Amino acid sequence: MSITLVLVLLFGIGAYFAARARAAAFVGTGGRIGAVHSLPVYHGAFVAVAALVPALLLLGIWAIVGEGVIQNSVLSAVPAASRPETPLDVSAFMNEVRGLASGDIGVAFNPAAEAAVPNYRATRGNYNIIVGAVAVTLFALGALWGFSQLRPDFRARNRVEVLVKWLLIGASLVAILTTLGIVLSLVFESVRFFQQVSPIEFLFGTHWSPQTAIRADQVGSTGAFGAVPLFWGTIFIGAIIAMIVAIPLGLMSAIYLTQYADPAVRRYLKPMLELLAGVPTVVYGFFAALTVAPAVRNFAVSLGYADASAESALAAGLVMGIMIIPFVSSMADDALAAVPQAMRDGSLAMGATKSETVKRVLVPAALPGIVGGILLAVSRAIGETMIVVMAAGLAANLTLNPFQSVTTVTAQIVALLTGDQEFDSPKTLSAFALGLALFVITLVLNIYALAVVKKYREAYE
Amino acid sequence: MADMLDPKPPRPAQPAKPPTDWTTAEMQGRIAARYRSERTFKFLGLGALSLAAFFLAFLLFTIFRDGASGFRHSEVRLEVNFDPVALGINAAAVRGPDGLTEIRKGDFSDLMLRSTRQLGNAANVVSEGAWLDLRTAVEADPSILGTTRTVWVPVRSAIDLLAKGKFDLDAPEISRGVSDKDIAAWRALDSQGRLRTSFNTIFTSSADSTNPELAGIWGAALGSLLTLAVTIGLSFPVGVLAAIYLEEFAPKNRWTDLVEVSINNLAAVPSIIFGLLGLAVFLNVFNMPRSSPLVGGLTLALMTLPVIVISARVAIKAVPPSIRDAALGIGASPIQVVFQHVLPLGLPGIMTGTIIGMARALGETAPLLLIGMRAFVTDTPMGFTSPATVLPVQVFLWSDDVQRGFVEKTSAAIIVLLLILLLLNSVAIYLRNRFERRW
Repeated sequence: MSITLVLVLLFGIGAYFAARARAAAFVGTGGRIGAVHSLPVYHGAFVAVAALVPALLLLGIWAIVGEGVIQNSVLSAVPAASRPETPLDVSAFMNEVRGLASGDIGVAFNPAAEAAVPNYRATRGNYNIIVGAVAVTLFALGALWGFSQLRPDFRARNRVEVLVKWLLIGASLVAILTTLGIVLSLVFESVRFFQQVSPIEFLFGTHWSPQTAIRADQVGSTGAFGAVPLFWGTIFIGAIIAMIVAIPLGLMSAIYLTQYADPAVRRYLKPMLELLAGVPTVVYGFFAALTVAPAVRNFAVSLGYADASAESALAAGLVMGIMIIPFVSSMADDALAAVPQAMRDGSLAMGATKSETVKRVLVPAALPGIVGGILLAVSRAIGETMIVVMAAGLAANLTLNPFQSVTTVTAQIVALLTGDQEFDSPKTLSAFALGLALFVITLVLNIYALAVVKKYREAYE
Repeated sequence: MADMLDPKPPRPAQPAKPPTDWTTAEMQGRIAARYRSERTFKFLGLGALSLAAFFLAFLLFTIFRDGASGFRHSEVRLEVNFDPVALGINAAAVRGPDGLTEIRKGDFSDLMLRSTRQLGNAANVVSEGAWLDLRTAVEADPSILGTTRTVWVPVRSAIDLLAKGKFDLDAPEISRGVSDKDIAAWRALDSQGRLRTSFNTIFTSSADSTNPELAGIWGAALGSLLTLAVTIGLSFPVGVLAAIYLEEFAPKNRWTDLVEVSINNLAAVPSIIFGLLGLAVFLNVFNMPRSSPLVGGLTLALMTLPVIVISARVAIKAVPPSIRDAALGIGASPIQVVFQHVLPLGLPGIMTGTIIGMARALGETAPLLLIGMRAFVTDTPMGFTSPATVLPVQVFLWSDDVQRGFVEKTSAAIIVLLLILLLLNSVAIYLRNRFERRW
């Protein structure tokens, strides 16, 4: 297959040069470049596109559906007695056949797979020859047609530009497709989850224990999917503890940087905050788990909590707060800078000190922008994964005690979806329902916060 | 309008207030209090900033303190007799065409076992995988067969940590993390001068392993490189083309608004959601290979795309309209204007945004965990579809490992990751300063 692709691409380059040479010849006969509508390169590109696009489309479609067509044909040739039935069996069977055919595995577990290998090889070979031949024919037809169009007054450039424009439109559609893909995959899997677990239980239940047992008679065979402890843990860490750390530190840093620091100091301190924002979250997670969590635990023990856990909401929340500082600070920086200079000057002219100006004039005037920035920071904190995975623990506790271990939506998604998975158990599907909840919450927060920030900014412009 | 022209009613006359006497003790006290609160406020601001700086410094300090020793490892000196008979190798066949296969047949782990007897009571200090070093030595130079050579082989992690002074030797055995036997072995070897500590080539040149002393980051670094190659190969062209369309050609209608809104929203979607997308679409619908740089790169490309689109739009917008007008004026088509004039001028800005997006993708962990990149991979990845791991995931996996030797490996891997990020960001800053043009 890849040989066909390389061949077609090489031919395409050939077609480009041939057509370009032909267009260059027009210039020769016409005597001057004005006799030809388009530059030779556009003629070349036109023919190459006319030849390549149909052939590549065919090869692309075959790359997606081909394996399925071959699989159906191979399976229909397998005797009915040994034919795999469930989709899972079919995929295991076909994996074995493919492994045998490519020589990756030596001996088959399933004798029927061994028997199907020659048929698989033959079918695949036949289809590849057919598809390759059709692709080359399409290529040749396209090239001939394109070549026949070439005349000195042929508007090759306009044709090529139409294609380029469609390419641009296609690229911009990727964002919509991604959004659609996210929404569809989350909704589709969540619907499957909610067919097995009631949405009421998921949204309002207070017991989370997704471990479904393999046999029906084992303890906890049903699993419980009340997500309230996860939502609480997420809010506790991301919106409460982290913000208690991040809001005062971020806001005061922004005020100092914009109102007090002299430019030379600012030049060094601002990149430092950016550096804090550039550290990967897994590094923060390691720092939280290895350095902060034991310190928090020792502190809790010294306060008298003998059973303080090594993984705590406080450790994760503190480190997440540090991570969010630069974010809050830059949003506050923007909001403060948007307050008109006249208001600041007016306050200072009345004899107010700088701090009085900041407290009584700048912060109240910038408040909507600051609040919008804080909402964005909260949205970021509740979507953050690695710190809570590494430092907050996996125990779903509905607690107000910051020294206890809590779990969050993101930590549970990671815990549910790593390791061996079956995609029809409520356990793995619940991760998608959690993902949907997370997506909706952050989306609402972001839209609201951006609207607040935008509305506020327009007020002074 | 009429009411505005009306003269305002005169204010009722107020009793004249005596001017404030600023010299009284009360007023002086109020002024002092206001200046005090001014100073306090300023120091609070400075304090907040210093606290943030302190956190950063403390974070970097702990990482470097723990990680610096990960770049060095301890080795023990052995005299090894490469006897072909004991190895079960035909010395003549080694020089033939199938020499490598012949060498690979040799029982090097047995040779290692016999060679360690010269260490006496400390025989078990040698790492489990050290025999591979002997094989590599023979493969590199078959003529050493039959001779006795001095070789340095890596020691077990516990001995390595002892040599680096990582244990509190005064603590009782139970809480120390290392046995008395190991300490005795280490002291014996140290006094014989058989130990040395040198640059850890294993760490920089091999892939993951269950033994801390044999684990390296080269496999993860290569996996990161392959993944980023897929990411940049997809997100850069698509992102730039989308930015060109939105900035130069898009009509103002409901569709382009929808594109704008989805790009802005995607930029703020939590990264783990992209992992769910990759799992549901690339793995479950398209059946792409799990744990592969291909799927990881695709997932990260979708995540990076909005960053590139947004920064590319800013860069394109910054190119002055006069350039476009001039090109259009001498007869260039709109497409030619964009690709021959606007894009080259906006490229430095686009590159800066792309590098920042790549730096973020390089540090990303959560989405890759969901598409299976937490697999334990001991080979360096050979292609885009073979299982691989990436640097941040390697950090995560090692941080989970209970073996004490992995703590310094984790920190050392973080140092490598941070250095690469610093390098990428410096390149972005350099590009911005070198090529940024103000019109």
